[in-house]
Amino acid sequence: MSEAPLLKIEDLSVQYMTDEDVVYAVNGLSAELYRGESLGFVGETGAGKTTTALSVIQLLPEPAGIITGGSIWFNGKNLIENKEKENQAIRGDGISMIFQDPMSALNPTLRISRQMMEVVESHRKCSRKEAEAICIDMLEKVGIKRDRFDDYPHQLSGGMKQRVVIAMALLCNPEVLIADEPTTALDVTIQAQILEIIKKLIKDSNMSMMLITHDLGIVAETCDRIAVIYGGSVVESGTVREVYKNPRHPYTRGLFASIPKLDTEEEELHPIEGEPPNPARMPSGCAFHPRCRYCKDICRQEKPPVRGESHQVRCHFDIEEE
Amino acid sequence: MTEQKTMLEVRGLKKYFKVPNGGNLHAVDNVSFTINEGETLGIVGESGCGKSTLGRVILRLHEPTAGKVLFDGMNITAFNKQEMQKMRSKMQIIFQDPFSSLNPRYTVAQAIEEPLKLNGIGANSEERKKRIEEMMDLVGLAKRTYNAYPHEFDGGRRQRIVIARALALNPKFIVCDEPVSALDMSIQAQILNLMISLQKQMGLTYMFISHDLSVVKHISTDVGVMYLGQMVEKAPKGALYQKPLHPYTVALLSAIPIPDPDANRKKIILQGEIASPINPKPGCRFALRCPFATDECRSVTPELVEVEPRHFVACHRSKEMQADLLQY
Repeated sequence: MSEAPLLKIEDLSVQYMTDEDVVYAVNGLSAELYRGESLGFVGETGAGKTTTALSVIQLLPEPAGIITGGSIWFNGKNLIENKEKENQAIRGDGISMIFQDPMSALNPTLRISRQMMEVVESHRKCSRKEAEAICIDMLEKVGIKRDRFDDYPHQLSGGMKQRVVIAMALLCNPEVLIADEPTTALDVTIQAQILEIIKKLIKDSNMSMMLITHDLGIVAETCDRIAVIYGGSVVESGTVREVYKNPRHPYTRGLFASIPKLDTEEEELHPIEGEPPNPARMPSGCAFHPRCRYCKDICRQEKPPVRGESHQVRCHFDIEEE
Repeated sequence: MTEQKTMLEVRGLKKYFKVPNGGNLHAVDNVSFTINEGETLGIVGESGCGKSTLGRVILRLHEPTAGKVLFDGMNITAFNKQEMQKMRSKMQIIFQDPFSSLNPRYTVAQAIEEPLKLNGIGANSEERKKRIEEMMDLVGLAKRTYNAYPHEFDGGRRQRIVIARALALNPKFIVCDEPVSALDMSIQAQILNLMISLQKQMGLTYMFISHDLSVVKHISTDVGVMYLGQMVEKAPKGALYQKPLHPYTVALLSAIPIPDPDANRKKIILQGEIASPINPKPGCRFALRCPFATDECRSVTPELVEVEPRHFVACHRSKEMQADLLQY
């Protein structure tokens, strides 16, 4: 890929200040998103996936969340240094986000029509009629009939609500869509429907997507590239094929060994011992070292370097096939 | 493996809930199955299919509307309160959320001690302490956490406390209601391995409820698939995953994303959503979403029948459709 990335996160660090602690949510995270591709952002609870997304869209909870370092480049502008007004224009139009829980992303007291129209009217100069046409058209694209346009959220099922949320995120044709666990609250058959819709819409409009999930299966079926997050930074990234066929970071390998597989007859799972780090008390050196079976002295003392070109690994060592 | 003892038998179990605007919600509707001693029956299905209610009705945490539950040959649905109370030490349940199933004001030791006290096990606190330490050791909790409170633990270790508490009374049968769903991927495997090794050590029988078909496949002997309160298919896990006979099972399996970029499977995207379980009409409940449905499917409820040894399916068209299903 010779072109410049559409979105570039460089060495981002974010901390939350609480009464007792400083929580190190994101620690020197870098990632790139190119036009038309989807990037899977994979990690466990507390790895910093959602905090990164909220930093990109500049909606970190205030005053607790503070960006302490790094930059986020979008179309040649650093979003962190932008004025709030400029970022407000980018949200929705340039970068849009789908949140995990469709039940709480919609206002229960307003009709779907009103909530969707508000999005269009705040970003575009158009008549009510035009706005309505745009909304209904988008609603039909996600497979909801126009007669549901005036429903309240409680009249829709979970899958339909999530489709409305997706439709709302896409109303202004954003260049980047951030989807934060868009199907976690849904059943598998509904999840399959929703992922199918997202894939199609992305392809049709040449949009880029950052898909946040903990499900390695969803990434394999939806994304072009993957970034594995641990302890607030990317520990391994590359194309889905590179990472899945030849995982090189001990954490990524551990993840693959610990998920039960549907298509093979393996009998034993090999869990990663220990627990994910507490972001208020990050381990020194490599964040994964307390759980790593290859851990050496250097891992406890120094932050590991990033190795590799397209397939990148953040580790002191280059562990070979076992 | 031939003559195995039946640990649990469920016959025609029903649980209807009254809904405010009239009508009944058929949460569990005429479900029958058996589980052999030392085996695990996995129950899968989507939210609202009645799998959790089924687990609770079996333990009589909800009273069944109709039907029988035979535990170790005894009809526990006919038991009175005292008899049931005694029985409960043999039948335990592990819930999904280890954060809400532990009292935040009880230490680990107190949490495990409570069932011992209630059932008069251990003559004095010394004996109980011994038993508590034994249990903690069994589930892999460090002795130094004896007096720690739940908030000091992460999800995986809290689930270990819950398991220790459930096992303290030496039960024979445990309903596991989504025990790993709230845990992170790397922790899930730890708890699954623990549950499998405990089953072997103590000869436990599990009913393992989950929406995650990969997890269920890993831990189960047999697997039952539920749809809208009914069991639509039940088979040994090999048969169910290799050769599913119910169109819903086929669709469910195909919908699971596989973490392999070369998997290249054909996905069946079911149209429509799960119908309402309130006052369901006769006929197959999956007919509305089933690509193979006929008029018969829409009017006559199919029975769960054994089509191959130990392979049960509730579908009018399972026989004639086998060829279609394989390509589909």
